Amino acid sequence: MSSVSLPTPQPAQSASRRSWLDALGARTVIGIPFLWLALLFLVPFLIVVKISISESDGIHFKEMFVFTDGHLQWNVKWGNYAFLASDALYIRTYLSSIYYAGVTTIICLLIGYPFAYFMARSPATWRPALLMMVMLPFWTSLLLRVYAWKGLLASNGVINDLLLAIGVISEPLKMMNTSFSLLIGMVYAYLPFMILPLYANLVKLDLRLLEAAADLGAKPLTAFWKVTIPLSKAGIVAGAMLVFIPCVGEFVIPELLGGPSTLMIGRVLWDEFFSNNDWAMASAVAVVMVLLIIIPLAIFNKSQTENAAREKGRI
Amino acid sequence: MTNAAVAVQHQSVKADDSFLTIRKLTKKFGDVAAVDAVSLNIRKGEIFAMLGASGCGKSTLLRMLAGFEIPSSGAIVLEGQDITSLPPYERPINMMFQSYALFPHLTVEQNIAFGLERDGMPKGDITTRVTEMLELTQLKQFAKRKPHQLSGGQQQRVALARSLAKRPKLLLLDEPLGALDKKLREQTQIELVNIIDKVGVTCVMVTHDQEEAMTMASRIAVMKSGGFLQVGPPREIYETPATKYVADFIGNVNLFKGTLSVDEPDHVVIQTPECQHFVSHGITGTLGMDVHVALRPEKISLQKKAPTPQERESAREDGFNCVQGIVKNVSYLGSYTTYHVKLSTGTTLKVMNTNDARHDDHRLDWDDSVYAWWDGSDVVVLTQ
Amino acid sequence: MQRSRFGLGWMTVVFLFLYLPIFTLVVFSFNDSKLATQWGGFTLKWYAEILNDREVREALWLSLKIAFLTATASVVLGTLAAFAMVRYTKFKGRTLFSGMVNAPLVMPEVIIGLSLLLMLVSVQRAFGVPERGVLTIWLGHSLLGMAYAAVVVQSRLLELDKSLEEAAMDLGCRPHEVFRLVTLPMIAPSLLSAWLLTFTISLDDVVLSAFLSGPGSTTLPIVIFSRARLGMSPTINAIAAIMIFIVAAGVIFGSLWLARAEKRRAEEQAAAYREALPSP
Repeated sequence: MSSVSLPTPQPAQSASRRSWLDALGARTVIGIPFLWLALLFLVPFLIVVKISISESDGIHFKEMFVFTDGHLQWNVKWGNYAFLASDALYIRTYLSSIYYAGVTTIICLLIGYPFAYFMARSPATWRPALLMMVMLPFWTSLLLRVYAWKGLLASNGVINDLLLAIGVISEPLKMMNTSFSLLIGMVYAYLPFMILPLYANLVKLDLRLLEAAADLGAKPLTAFWKVTIPLSKAGIVAGAMLVFIPCVGEFVIPELLGGPSTLMIGRVLWDEFFSNNDWAMASAVAVVMVLLIIIPLAIFNKSQTENAAREKGRI
Repeated sequence: MTNAAVAVQHQSVKADDSFLTIRKLTKKFGDVAAVDAVSLNIRKGEIFAMLGASGCGKSTLLRMLAGFEIPSSGAIVLEGQDITSLPPYERPINMMFQSYALFPHLTVEQNIAFGLERDGMPKGDITTRVTEMLELTQLKQFAKRKPHQLSGGQQQRVALARSLAKRPKLLLLDEPLGALDKKLREQTQIELVNIIDKVGVTCVMVTHDQEEAMTMASRIAVMKSGGFLQVGPPREIYETPATKYVADFIGNVNLFKGTLSVDEPDHVVIQTPECQHFVSHGITGTLGMDVHVALRPEKISLQKKAPTPQERESAREDGFNCVQGIVKNVSYLGSYTTYHVKLSTGTTLKVMNTNDARHDDHRLDWDDSVYAWWDGSDVVVLTQ
Repeated sequence: MQRSRFGLGWMTVVFLFLYLPIFTLVVFSFNDSKLATQWGGFTLKWYAEILNDREVREALWLSLKIAFLTATASVVLGTLAAFAMVRYTKFKGRTLFSGMVNAPLVMPEVIIGLSLLLMLVSVQRAFGVPERGVLTIWLGHSLLGMAYAAVVVQSRLLELDKSLEEAAMDLGCRPHEVFRLVTLPMIAPSLLSAWLLTFTISLDDVVLSAFLSGPGSTTLPIVIFSRARLGMSPTINAIAAIMIFIVAAGVIFGSLWLARAEKRRAEEQAAAYREALPSP
């Protein structure tokens, strides 16, 4: 009898347990980072928005909703924003931040694209070493590398000394604390952020496409414009956003290299907060800054998601 | 009492007969049914192949058997146990993956022992079983190697050994030889079947390669858009295809569209624009209905002179199963030659003749005018 | 030929640009002159001075502690986030989630720092904790580090053959065992590089630390930054030289080791196929 197996289906007991476990797993995996980001990224920003429109004296804020005499009173102060909009210096600072960030992005692209292109076309045995050489500065302290430019660009610095010694100039050039030194510093700091996504993109480019273009009569330059550039668009977008967005709010580089004459909004925010102790004003400055970069941020997020999807589709 | 005993006996026979039962199994991705109400019985010890073009649902079906996909509806019953919603790690089923999926950080030995360790088998038993598997797949000398230190064929054997180590009730093979090159594939097919036979495990495989399916499987299911078109032994699938799609999918075929003009119990005649087809067996159909005639290229004889009545004896009547045309293409392929013969109706007839002699005096060439004829028993009439 | 020569020239110039400041930093750390930019002979006195500089020593120790904690938390959180993004393609709020994971990569640090501080102040006013110090800096750094770690781990997860995990499950692994026995060993190298990357990011961060540090929790970058604002100082050069040396050594050895492993692997693979060929 024992060899007889009845074809009565036995209910699978683990079915419900499995879906429960699976759901718990998914909930943990998504939930923990979600909660973390919500608490430390989303909520803080909402607080900034709130503070930027709260009535305050310095660092103490009145409650936004006050219940007095049976009436709900809403204490909202748009004054900070009104001030931002009416003060020419703030507006100029925002514009100049965007200008410097834009110029930095373009210079990084002009230097970085050919660099990434040649790197991707170099012999495969060289590439890991070249990549490592790009990564190495990226891994060393940005602060220290920016600081180094101070010594290079100062009027009694290395570059001026060298130029004076070989007689190109007769008196030191004023390079520090100008828009030149600021741009040098920003391009220097953010160039690897441009090169890496471009390289990652270009190294995957199917060289047979260029051969096909050549076969169909395209000259190398035409093939470059019509095939290589369009196909590397994703890399260009990712690189440009990685440079542009943080540059808009950059603080350390303008502080160390820019001097008082170069206007950057990151420094204004810093000063409002640390020197003037005006938290509400600092918050308003931050909110407007986010509004300025919200579209680039959306583009960046989209390109990141698409890159991941492409990567996934490749496998 | 006797009745009950008979009933039990009957049931046990039935259970034995159908080792794996799939009932109305359906898997939907959104609105699309990748597998659509498929039912199937598989016998113990059988090698069953699911054959179809990519996207026909064969992989989804296999993944449901493995437990990687949860069916939308339907049931999978293995040896009387409903395993439909059992997770993969609780099923007595193991799979050999198309990519082999060997753990790159583990040696050959450790890969094979992996499943046994999960079951908490004692160390000594694991060693014995691993050795047994290594011997079975002739991998003994490679036991300490990592997967990347093996050739493709060796990796395939490790994957097989790993999936057999737990002595699964059911072995699943996903395109088992897809990653190997052609020469190696032919040799490995036989080896693989020998090992599976030796172990005696029931096996369900998925492939898009009909040669692989026909060499290895005892039964084949031809799949299309989530369902089975025909299930049967390889010879049956090839010689008596049930539908136009199956006839066309398996091997080469000439298809003619026509109508049933004579319907007798022992023979029928199909009228097509090219010729009259005499079919030496009856079919179920009504006079005048539209049918297709399927004719395998190797069943057709080709010659310059009109066939004599003696030659055409089995075709019985003159004028049937014979067409005239002009050779428009000759491809010499070594063991056989294929011809494309253009008929007066514009149809191209594919013919395949074995090259059984080194020198052929009656060799046909381009633009030769030829007669093509075939036997009435070689014609298959397709009503769907 | 012409083109490759141009390419070589271009790459050389860019590399010079990237390495010139690092090179001068190191050279001037050995400069025996009060004026940080004038060469006055070789000396090691600035290195000796660091050893006696209590502020630097304490700040360095604090920074290392924070960096260690940050890297560890970032890798754990970043791995979870990467899993959520790669493995769960559909869940409520996924767009918001991926936006929040990606945003800290580019969001200006002054904004992250300000908003985190204001939130922590609100919490502190309500509950009395946390005091500004190691904990708050760690929170900020981990927020930033998590985003970087998620990118690194995500790209590794994306190239991972999914059938490996299915095979593990097929052979009897429960989901957590699949992770421990198969996924984890497979992504371990990326976890290590994520850990090192977030460690250096934390060790280098000025802006978040400045917002989030309290009295007595001055990190090394804050010390360096406040000194650098005042002008050039040879001690900073010496600190820089040490840090550059450690990082360079780490990165170069790491790369060499990886390249070696890769090469050996390719050779073994080729050997296996040669050996499998039937001998004539």
